[in-house]
Amino acid sequence: MGLELYLDLLSQPCRAIYIFAKKNSIPFELRTVDLRKGQHLSDAFAQVNPLQKVPVLKDGDFILTESVAILLYLARKYEVPDHWYPRDLQASARVDEYLAWQHTALRRNCLRALWHKVMLPVFLAEPVSPEMLAATLAELDMALQVLEGKFLQDKAFLTGPHISLADLVAITELMHPVGAGCQVFKGRPKLAAWRQRVEAAVGEVLFQEAHEVILKAKDSQPADPTLKQKMLPKVLAMIQ
Amino acid sequence: MGLELYLDLLSASCRAVYIFARKNGIPFDFQFVDLLKGQHHSREYIEINPLRKLPSLRDGKFILSESVAILFYLCRKYSAPSHWYPPDLHMRARVDEFMAWQHTAIQLPMNKMLWMKLLIPMITGDEVPAEKTEQMLAEVRNNLKLFEEKFLQDKMFITGDNISLADLVALVEMMQPTAGNHNVFLNSAKLAEWRMRVELAIGSSLFCEAHDRLMKLAEWDCSTLDPMVKERICDLLQKFK
Repeated sequence: MGLELYLDLLSQPCRAIYIFAKKNSIPFELRTVDLRKGQHLSDAFAQVNPLQKVPVLKDGDFILTESVAILLYLARKYEVPDHWYPRDLQASARVDEYLAWQHTALRRNCLRALWHKVMLPVFLAEPVSPEMLAATLAELDMALQVLEGKFLQDKAFLTGPHISLADLVAITELMHPVGAGCQVFKGRPKLAAWRQRVEAAVGEVLFQEAHEVILKAKDSQPADPTLKQKMLPKVLAMIQ
Repeated sequence: MGLELYLDLLSASCRAVYIFARKNGIPFDFQFVDLLKGQHHSREYIEINPLRKLPSLRDGKFILSESVAILFYLCRKYSAPSHWYPPDLHMRARVDEFMAWQHTAIQLPMNKMLWMKLLIPMITGDEVPAEKTEQMLAEVRNNLKLFEEKFLQDKMFITGDNISLADLVALVEMMQPTAGNHNVFLNSAKLAEWRMRVELAIGSSLFCEAHDRLMKLAEWDCSTLDPMVKERICDLLQKFK
């Protein structure tokens, strides 16, 4: 059995891994874990990942979670072009810096934006107060300011002149609120231009393909009551 | 100007960087940024790190934030012994996996515990509602269980027989609540044994020195807290409530 990637393209980190693997022609079996059907909560999937989350990589007996770790593993094992995770000490430090920052910053805000704006009300029939949503969107706004002001600045890509893992992780995060209908690039010409560059570097076809699911998030079928009961506490813990 | 590390050892992330640099004989200037005095909000420090967080590294013109990034940088630049970040693909991936997971699973909850058990009552005079504390304790217990089952298992250290960056980061973070009189190692012999192994691998003297300020935090006279800083803290506390 070759490399297996357990993914749901609804999830931001899954999209980054999907794009990275495809872009670098890394052969893998796609194992879709449909989050909206609760497949991540199944006993079968718990055998793969007791944490009941995606993405998961399985390479023979070796199982790996955490998208940043998976991306680095793939980059090293398949010897991808240097720009993704440069050998240069300072250049790789910049990528590490972004990848560390984003866990509790942009990732969290993009996740909350999607769930507060769309997924909680539409998929789990849980209303979200306008105040809560406004607060979430304000926090997202601040994270975007840091993304532009501290990381991007006047560079072509987040960590330098070439696309790296940092850009891939960032763009797939930003597509979460985009999928929720937030205009994250409006009034942000620098960020919008960076988005174009990242899409072009990834390839438009692959980019569109990876984002088809999230862009239809608002059309999610409401979860049945049993599934909702199982999922709601976990979702609330995930987005806190 | 040589390597500068901007630190306050009250912060677990700072302790990880400090211990690693000292253990590996990496020469650096210790630039103390006193969190209790709000020095991370000073104009001088904001120039180093506009996000006003610790630790930061300055190497000539190169400035770097995020302790995980700083640890990797130091490891590479000073060619630390390979067990800290093993070259083996799978072992390295395990370190990366832990370093990614810990941000939300260990660091955040351990810090929250310190706030709830010590700092909030100390600064605001109010106790945190028992329900919130119980919730936090449950989360911490659950995540430590995951740490043991997924990362430690029956090994001596996370990657096997030798200490790595993952053990260092894990331990300094788990030490955070001890300042609030909460010892997470009491409930699990396995965890306690691992903790001793990590401390010994680091060297008890260095380990204790690095944790001295944290251990004395309960003695801090917070009436000296700058009102502006106190206000900022109270704002921050809204997030915990």
